[in-house]
Amino acid sequence: MIKRRSFMRASLASGVIAIALVSGSLVSTAAQAAKPIKIGFSMALTGGLAGAGKAALIAMEIWRDDINKKGGLLGRPVELVYYDDATNPATVPGIYTKLLDVDKVDLVVSSYGTNEIAPAMPIVMRKKLVFPSLFGLAVNDEFNYDRYFQIMPAGPEPKLDWSRGYFQLAKEQTPRPKTVAIIAADAEFALNAAAGARANAKALGFDVVYDKTFPPSTTDYTPIVRAIQAANPDIVYVATYPPQSVGMVKAAHEVGLKVKMFGGCMVGLQFAAIQQNLGPLLDNIVNYHFWVPAPTLDFPGINEFLKKYEEAAKGKGVDPLGQYLPPYAYAYMQVLGDSVEATKGLNQAKLAAYMHSHTFDTVVGKVKFAKNGEWAKTRVLQVQFRNVKPNDLEQFRDPGTQVVLYPPQWKSGKMAYPYSE
Amino acid sequence: MLSVDLLSNALVAGVLIGGFYAAVSIGLAITFGQLDIVNIAHPAFVVVGSYIAWILNSRLGWDPVLVGILAAPVFYFVGVLIYRVYYLAFERTGQESLSGLAFFFGVMFIVEVSLVLVYGVDYRLVSAAYLEKNFNLGFVGLPLRLVVPFLVASVMTAAVWLYLSRTFTGRAILAVAQDRLALQLMGADPVRVKQFAFGLAIATTSVAGSLLIMIGPVEPSLGRAYIGRAFAIVVLGGMGSIPGMVIAALLIGVVESFVSTFAGPSWAPAVSFGVLLLTLAVRPSGLFGRS
Repeated sequence: MIKRRSFMRASLASGVIAIALVSGSLVSTAAQAAKPIKIGFSMALTGGLAGAGKAALIAMEIWRDDINKKGGLLGRPVELVYYDDATNPATVPGIYTKLLDVDKVDLVVSSYGTNEIAPAMPIVMRKKLVFPSLFGLAVNDEFNYDRYFQIMPAGPEPKLDWSRGYFQLAKEQTPRPKTVAIIAADAEFALNAAAGARANAKALGFDVVYDKTFPPSTTDYTPIVRAIQAANPDIVYVATYPPQSVGMVKAAHEVGLKVKMFGGCMVGLQFAAIQQNLGPLLDNIVNYHFWVPAPTLDFPGINEFLKKYEEAAKGKGVDPLGQYLPPYAYAYMQVLGDSVEATKGLNQAKLAAYMHSHTFDTVVGKVKFAKNGEWAKTRVLQVQFRNVKPNDLEQFRDPGTQVVLYPPQWKSGKMAYPYSE
Repeated sequence: MLSVDLLSNALVAGVLIGGFYAAVSIGLAITFGQLDIVNIAHPAFVVVGSYIAWILNSRLGWDPVLVGILAAPVFYFVGVLIYRVYYLAFERTGQESLSGLAFFFGVMFIVEVSLVLVYGVDYRLVSAAYLEKNFNLGFVGLPLRLVVPFLVASVMTAAVWLYLSRTFTGRAILAVAQDRLALQLMGADPVRVKQFAFGLAIATTSVAGSLLIMIGPVEPSLGRAYIGRAFAIVVLGGMGSIPGMVIAALLIGVVESFVSTFAGPSWAPAVSFGVLLLTLAVRPSGLFGRS
């Protein structure tokens, strides 16, 4: 027979335990809800690519602030955990190891650029993480990782898609050019671009009459341009990073390069400071880009984002217009964030499956990934500079100075041909 | 592919860029070549010179060369200060070899990071009306973007060499590395001489920096691309020899230009450093160095 006192003690104890359990779970939930979702990455904040890297970081911080204003992801605030990779690929593996093993980030995204993305791949692959990546050319061609997602709109065959438009445009011109010179910096990105150019030139019936590379530390480009001129090509495909792009453009002007098309894959001609300085030297160059203020590229949210970016970029010594990398840096965070919300969790397999199967609405338009993580359809724009005024930054905010020639569905004007008489 | 105009242009381009290399290397020829101070931060100061030129060119429209010359005295005093620290911390206690090297590595990183913090990381370029002009001498092209740096570099190098070879202080600088005690017995304070020389070397980076940003865009870490080249030029020319450094700079410039034009630009550094190794194998003291 249970005594009344014992029963009451047992009931009281049960009640206390029940209250403790419920409170504990409530506290745990609250604590979990307050615990931020950490997104880790390295970024080029110093070194050769820092100009773009720092601009990308500003865009990512804008995304973080936008998301947190709406309550975060899964009701949790988003925190960015990042380290400067100094544009040095050797630092990247160590950084991602620290992010994952020490900082215990929940999600990772890549740094900027082919040379900085590739070294992180073995680490994210070993941990089976989803890896949204920012502007790497054909990085996944060797790895074939099914959780790699590239926000740069190169296309399903990035090496080929990158320059296909340039050679396609050339093929459509009258008189039809027949010969091509290819010159590239000795760096993975530029070499990948040159490899694609070589293949496209062959496929479209061009003869390659000059095909060389140069060390990135080259100071004077006039000997290179003279050698190209001596080979007498009809078109020239250049694959370079910013200081080399400036060197090639200036050397082409000084040598008086006489070709029908000049440009291709010159990183840097999308940057405001370089555009402003080169001014009329840019005229008639046909070069790649991913977004310009053309009527055909007026995506929902892009102008609002660019206004926020311009405000945030003031006084930070970065590209004031932010038309090249920042919109895509914002977009790859949008892809990741939307996937987390849609799958209601941080399960990497579910995130990857979602990213592969859905189309995302971003500030750079609709984004759909192919099986290899590249864009399902290329959107590498071929853009021609037209009537560029000297030392005028404002002209690059408006349509007309950068005319989209390719792909046809984004075209905003006709090509001026040839490059030089 | 061999033609007279291509050959001539390759030669002229090589000489023009070689002149610029001499401007970058002359300060190192003094500190490393004559004072035995391994100033690995030297190219970083050249980049600082570029940024000073950019600031005054973009804000006030001043000519970059003018800025380089006007800022040189300030760079001199910075150089004097750095040497004082180096001397008191390392040279005086005989630790200059390894610790001194580490010191200048540290100076290099501090300079780079300071530039990033103050100016940001975007590429910087200067504007001047003459930078986009070209002249032709027959079939030889002469872009002012390279001719002006060559001319300024030539004047600066000649002035420094004349000073070092014709004045008492200049000859004291040449003497301090050879025989410090003898110099003391002649009434010159070796420490003050070295301090002056180091300041002079850093002063040259002000002008070299203004020439660098005239040739191409600059960002804070660009100096690293010139470390190997500048040291190679000083060693090739012969430690302590300014004329040797000039010849070496021109030689490297011409070799790079010829290789870029006729063989392929990717071979240029290999051939340049090959020339260095070959010269040292035949003449270990460099072209004009003392045996």
